[in-house]
Amino acid sequence: MQGLRGLAWLLAFQTLGELLSRALHLPFPGPVVGMLLLLPALHWRLVREAVSGSADFLLRHLSLLFVPVGVGVMTHMSLVAQYGIRILIILVVSTLAGLLVTALTLRLFNNRERSQRKGGADA
Amino acid sequence: MPNFVELWVYLSATPLFGLTATLAVYVVAQAAYSRLAQAPWANPVLWTVLVLAGGLLLTGVPYPTYFAGAQFIHFLLGPAVVALAWPLWQRRSELRQRWVRLLAAALAGGAVASGSAGLLGWSMGLPLDVVLSLVPKSVTAPVAMGIAEKIGGIPALAAVFAVLTGLVGALAGKYLFDALRVPTDPQGWAARGFSLGTAAHGIGAARALHVNSDAGAYAGLALGLQVILASLLIPLAYTLFRLF
Repeated sequence: MQGLRGLAWLLAFQTLGELLSRALHLPFPGPVVGMLLLLPALHWRLVREAVSGSADFLLRHLSLLFVPVGVGVMTHMSLVAQYGIRILIILVVSTLAGLLVTALTLRLFNNRERSQRKGGADA
Repeated sequence: MPNFVELWVYLSATPLFGLTATLAVYVVAQAAYSRLAQAPWANPVLWTVLVLAGGLLLTGVPYPTYFAGAQFIHFLLGPAVVALAWPLWQRRSELRQRWVRLLAAALAGGAVASGSAGLLGWSMGLPLDVVLSLVPKSVTAPVAMGIAEKIGGIPALAAVFAVLTGLVGALAGKYLFDALRVPTDPQGWAARGFSLGTAAHGIGAARALHVNSDAGAYAGLALGLQVILASLLIPLAYTLFRLF
């Protein structure tokens, strides 16, 4: 029952987000607006207790949800044949670059914090 | 045998087929992934997509027929994006404490991933609508589709690029982080997870979640942040880019 209630909340927030996004011409897609609205609503225990289980379930199986779109690659076979190698190179290089820059930025901040802490202890 | 053929023709045309095939193949792929100690190359999404796409091409079942059933799974992407509020809320105190570095990392990583994809696509002579479908690829599929639509890309293509990007991240992440000597202490796991969520969205986050709970939580956080930043900044960057 709790699971159903959670799903109902998620769908209600998505619908609300969808309506607001269209009515106000917001730059965010409906589900994103729904997420931003749900965030403060989670302070309310009624919402939190219902949503937590359903959200954990959906997010634990998040990768399954990408399968139908992924299979759609078969409808772009002509594009794959023509540009496949180039697209693959671009996807690999840009994804590695993104991972690298994110990890290095975090390391920069973490190292700075560590050296500051060490400096404080010495002084 | 004609009975079997008749049965197959009937079954493959009902929504039941796409839904059952997707779930069944995924469950088997997931079991194999656990059996193989969650090796990156055994990624369940990768193998499920390959088996299903290969099977459909071999049997001649058109994609729309498959999607008539698979759409029930696809639909859940929307509520799943809304559900991202939950990991964000759970980590709100850490977010408040470390928001500068997390925001900086999310912005830098997201900008490099999108920018390099756009620049590489343009310099390699891809058609403009394909380039514009590449730009939002590090955001989770439904949001990537929305962004692509806004800037003149092809939504269906953007979704495929997003899934492929997620797979690249999930497959290569571990090796890249090991090469960079990102440690496997809580802070290191947080950095690994956050990077995967930033550059490889939901599929990277799923991988992070399988490996370590700290990594998974930070991946969810990064995924949520990236969704907000990208939907705001990519259309803005595109508008500015067109002005000059």
